[in-house]
Amino acid sequence: GRGRGRGRGQMTFNVEAVGIGKGDALPPPTLQPSPLFPALERRAAPLPGGEEGEYMLALKQELRRAMRGLPYFVKPGAPRRDIERYSDKYQLSSPVDSAIDWNPDWRRLPRELKIRVRRLRKGRTAPLIPKKHVALDKEETIKKLESLEKKEEEVTSEEEEEKEEEEEGKEEEEEEYDEEEHEEETDYVLSYFDNGESFGPDSDDNGDEAVY
Amino acid sequence: MTQAELRLCSLLLQEHFGEIVEKVGNSLLRTGPRPLRLLVGDTGLLPDQVKKALCVLIQHNLVRYEVQPRGHVEYEARSERILRILRYPRYIYTAKTLYGDSGELLVEELLLHGHLSMSCAVARVADRLTETMEDGKTMDYSEVSSTFVRLADTHFIQRCPMVPESPRSAKAPPPPAPALAIAEKDMYVVPRLSLVGKGKRRHSCNEEEEGEHKAKRQKQEGGTSETPPDDGIYWQVNLERFHQHFRDQALVSAVASRMDQTSSEVVRTMLRMSEVTTASGASHTQPLSSNEIFRSLPAGYNIGKQVLDQYLALLADDPLEFVGKSGDSGGGTYTVSILWGELGVPRPETFGSRCARIFRLLLRKKHLEQKQVEDFAMIPAKEAKDMLYRMLSENLVSLQEIPKTPDHAPSRTFYLYTVNVMATARMLLHRCYKSVANLMERRQHEMRENKRLLEKSQRVEAILASMQATGAEVAQLHEVEEMITGPERQQLETLKRNVNKIDASENQVDETIFVLESFIESTMKRP
Repeated sequence: GRGRGRGRGQMTFNVEAVGIGKGDALPPPTLQPSPLFPALERRAAPLPGGEEGEYMLALKQELRRAMRGLPYFVKPGAPRRDIERYSDKYQLSSPVDSAIDWNPDWRRLPRELKIRVRRLRKGRTAPLIPKKHVALDKEETIKKLESLEKKEEEVTSEEEEEKEEEEEGKEEEEEEYDEEEHEEETDYVLSYFDNGESFGPDSDDNGDEAVY
Repeated sequence: MTQAELRLCSLLLQEHFGEIVEKVGNSLLRTGPRPLRLLVGDTGLLPDQVKKALCVLIQHNLVRYEVQPRGHVEYEARSERILRILRYPRYIYTAKTLYGDSGELLVEELLLHGHLSMSCAVARVADRLTETMEDGKTMDYSEVSSTFVRLADTHFIQRCPMVPESPRSAKAPPPPAPALAIAEKDMYVVPRLSLVGKGKRRHSCNEEEEGEHKAKRQKQEGGTSETPPDDGIYWQVNLERFHQHFRDQALVSAVASRMDQTSSEVVRTMLRMSEVTTASGASHTQPLSSNEIFRSLPAGYNIGKQVLDQYLALLADDPLEFVGKSGDSGGGTYTVSILWGELGVPRPETFGSRCARIFRLLLRKKHLEQKQVEDFAMIPAKEAKDMLYRMLSENLVSLQEIPKTPDHAPSRTFYLYTVNVMATARMLLHRCYKSVANLMERRQHEMRENKRLLEKSQRVEAILASMQATGAEVAQLHEVEEMITGPERQQLETLKRNVNKIDASENQVDETIFVLESFIESTMKRP
């Protein structure tokens, strides 16, 4: 039957066959989406414990921790700061974006994937070095190579490049002052180095105070 | 790929390889194989970043590449392989049970690095084992090498496809990507290496001068100045073989629970004998004669030949058909049926054991009417009705109409309940993927919420460690410990407990995923 008019409320199939007897109440219609956390009718079975489970759990956590430390975990490069800070030189350098820290067997990979690692000088990113200073670089490098013992010279050459690169120039006296203080093995714990950010834009003017 | 699988792959990549690799993997998974420049455009990352990510993914066999006829290289993500990351702890644990610590570490190193050469792997593992040994002792390379060879012999590790050796003529330009290939017979051939050496400790006080030199060498990832003798030969873990092992384990335990310990040992022996001869997708092992089985039984089992024959007959007669008789030569040959059949029934536990009974009944009898269900399951009508409808609403069972008359009149039509096994299995699998993804997200959420506290506790631990190293007094150590207050300590405890529980659950769900996937795979392969 069609179910309209006569014999309203009849279904197209024999209701008895499916099992709903006459007079049984049908469940009320649902008017809203099901709840986000429906009540659990019965609790889940307890997790199997035991040595095997414990060991695999430890393995899993250990693996996760280990993989974070491997070079395969690609961390996004440090965001480029607006101004080159002096303390950048002393911070633990994160691997530069464009470099690969492990040596894959390039013979097994498509050629287009090979990344050319450009030679960097002491934590400065290559594109920042303006072209005209390339010659200066070479000169400095040769000088550095010749006089390895004189660390001051090395520092001086660095200072000079730093000076040329920084948008805010440094004063001569400050430079010389720095020379003595900023040798590679300093007595002072580098982590205590305060790059003066918190003091606002005046920090660079007070050369004597900012430098330890 | 379903949404659930995509989401899970995403989470796995992000957790183990970082967000950049995740973005690249995601793009490949969602839009299919594509060349490099399209990838760069899609992901919005820098080209160098994308290249780096691809190198990592290829290294770990998660992405493969192919040179298209037009000349460019296309990359394709291997979704099923990415999902295996979930199972790494199980592989490593299995290696440990079979081959001890060296086996465990070898498999772990191969999984962590994707693929390694034998010399590299052996060196690393020897170093790691040496670290854990007492002062003055070192682990010899030969021991680790022998474990490596055993792993290769039993096919648990295999060689990676190799770069073709054909000398390229000067005229033809080198192809944009090598076509890697390996012959089946070469896959488990271990190169003849004489790896001589001992593991090195990272901080050994005895060897001061060499210490620095070694430290420098260890810093280079896998590169020494001279080319190692097995240059170009890389090894990877053979996941299929591990899966075969898990499956065998499941079979043996099923037999043990159904019959007794001895019969399970018989089945285990049969499986062990055919470990290497059975192809991974086969439905039966090669026939084994009962004489052979008798010879290969483990030493402790002194059962007579007659008894063994009786056991085999029993197993063959069992309606579950674990073992089948396939001939009479050599005292009767038997095969082990490696189909899943009854093993793939984990579901109805959520609805209760009565529902499980109904479910199993339907599986066995295929189609049943409402009345018949009530009768066979011996469950009162009202309850049976209720359970059937609930299972119906969850799509675990379905209704099949069989009309008696051509006009399909409802009063004259049979309505039969049935279980569509494949569809149900797929649905459950989908739910499993979803569950694991949810678990992972919850775990990450918990860690994020307590990030500040976790960092603080790490700092305190670091301070404690350094103080202990420099020999501080107990009072000072106590003071530092006090930096973490009582309630904070409790919070940390709760966090640890929750994270452990979630991790264990993930492992558990992965076991179910394995069973379901194997079932679906083997059923689809059945002719």
